[in-house]
Amino acid sequence: MKARVFVTLKSGVLDPQGEAVKHSLGTLGFSGVNGVRQGKVIELDLAETDAAKAEAAVRDMCAKLLANSVIENYSVEILA
Amino acid sequence: MKSAVIVFPGSNCDRDLAVAFERASGKKSAMVWHKDVTLPDGLDVIGIPGGFSFGDYLRCGAIAARSPICRAVVDFANRGGHVLGICNGFQVLTETGLLPGALMRNSGLKFVCKDIDLTVETANSAFTNAYEKGQSIRIPIAHHDGNYVASDDLAARLKAEGRVAFTYQNNPNGSVADIAGILSENRRVLGMMPHPERLNDAQLGGTDGSLMFRSLVQSFVTA
Repeated sequence: MKARVFVTLKSGVLDPQGEAVKHSLGTLGFSGVNGVRQGKVIELDLAETDAAKAEAAVRDMCAKLLANSVIENYSVEILA
Repeated sequence: MKSAVIVFPGSNCDRDLAVAFERASGKKSAMVWHKDVTLPDGLDVIGIPGGFSFGDYLRCGAIAARSPICRAVVDFANRGGHVLGICNGFQVLTETGLLPGALMRNSGLKFVCKDIDLTVETANSAFTNAYEKGQSIRIPIAHHDGNYVASDDLAARLKAEGRVAFTYQNNPNGSVADIAGILSENRRVLGMMPHPERLNDAQLGGTDGSLMFRSLVQSFVTA
């Protein structure tokens, strides 16, 4: 079973990399980009075959390592 | 003073830190590998050095903070032990939860490596008692992710409790409230981005950092 974790910065946490990307997009002529926030996607290949159990395990992984709850939020997607 | 320095794959200030401990105390510092599960007996202070532990993968300090030895370091701190985290060591300490907040990419996005001026905000700790409150000192920084992030509430609390150890005079990285180093609630864990171990010898450009190591030795002699 595969899972995908999206790690994003909490709102209110300044994202200097996102700001730099936004600036660069403006330089390239892409107007109207009001904001850019950069995050991470982590793909996991799991031995678990039960979707509910897999999701619980991945959420535990997020809390313990994959995301830093001080600055980041996460969401989990279980793929068939 | 009995000291130990934790060594992770990618640490690169571990030997400098050990030299600083040894010169101040006259005693050899124990080098402890990240896969070890126990610390030497009778330690007064543990140093977590600068560098790029585990290549800064995932987040700076994140993998190191979950390594076997860090469990022992957290237990040591929770029993009232003294821990000094410098640069990557500060990042590791926030990732273990021993210090609040987090360190993010510098606001200017660039790696910054230069001597900078700090203000000593408190002399009330085993790490800073040889300094004077308000003293200006020059210490090098060398980091890409030294932008200290804390909620307004946390930053205000750190200030009110006198737990901001050092501030930048010219903020080089966007840190909230110019914070360069903070203390834990019991004042026995210090994390800081600047490198006191790098200005610990007049022949290498200055000795402002050596007072930190003298502070520690004084604390443990009189304790």
